[in-house]
Amino acid sequence: MVSKEEFFEALIARHGKENQEKFLNATVAICGLGGLGSNIAICLARAGVGRLILIDFDKVDVTNLHRQQYRFNQVGMNKTDALKENLLEINPFIGIDCHTVKVDEANLAKLIKEADIVCEAFDKAECKAMLVNYVLENCRDKYILSSSGMAGFGSANEIRTKKLGEKFYLCGDGVSDVNDGIGLIASRVMVCAAHEAHILLRILMGEVTP
Amino acid sequence: MVLINGKKEQAAGKTIAGIVEEYNYDIKTIAVELNEEIVSKCDYGKTILKEDDVVEVVSFVGGG
Repeated sequence: MVSKEEFFEALIARHGKENQEKFLNATVAICGLGGLGSNIAICLARAGVGRLILIDFDKVDVTNLHRQQYRFNQVGMNKTDALKENLLEINPFIGIDCHTVKVDEANLAKLIKEADIVCEAFDKAECKAMLVNYVLENCRDKYILSSSGMAGFGSANEIRTKKLGEKFYLCGDGVSDVNDGIGLIASRVMVCAAHEAHILLRILMGEVTP
Repeated sequence: MVLINGKKEQAAGKTIAGIVEEYNYDIKTIAVELNEEIVSKCDYGKTILKEDDVVEVVSFVGGG
């Protein structure tokens, strides 16, 4: 059995001690645990981010398995509980808060209160816009990372990270809408999720350029 | 000139609400930044654009 010391030594060897401490001290809220959120969470757990606030009202469905980080035997479970289980198998030292609720403007402040960085990882355009507007207007101390446009088999090279404000970053190609009848493909959604996770780690390190 | 999503436009004097209507944006799926600051939806009608303003209208699409 690997010890906690060995686990963190391996991370420090790759990220550097100073960066690892910054990752460990961070609290990140992930709003939506689908193709974006579940993949972002996995990246952050592997990087040794200290605490994740996982928010999703939904249950794991068989139609999620093609791109989301859940297993066949987890169909029917709350996404929060299933993802927590999977994350702890990767990194048993991470702190995880689960909120199995539907996010709205009334409960949002409380849900993300303790987060330094908020990851928008919803599926619906209206929910994305609501969260981004809310955080930019009401939580000026927090970073907000969002994604728009990742559906289909288009080139993965079209997915980019843009910095749109002091604490606002947007990932994606900006246009590929799932409602145009193009499906979500694991690899392209994962590229977008990795963009969100990667800019998050860069921000924690103090690198603010996308 | 006003820079709207990277393009120079004759938009000085127009409001954000006017721009939203002119470009057919869906108010439910956008976030608008003026000179890198968010504009609250309730201020769209009273925010008048000036020369050299930089406007970014983020129009979210579905998928995640």
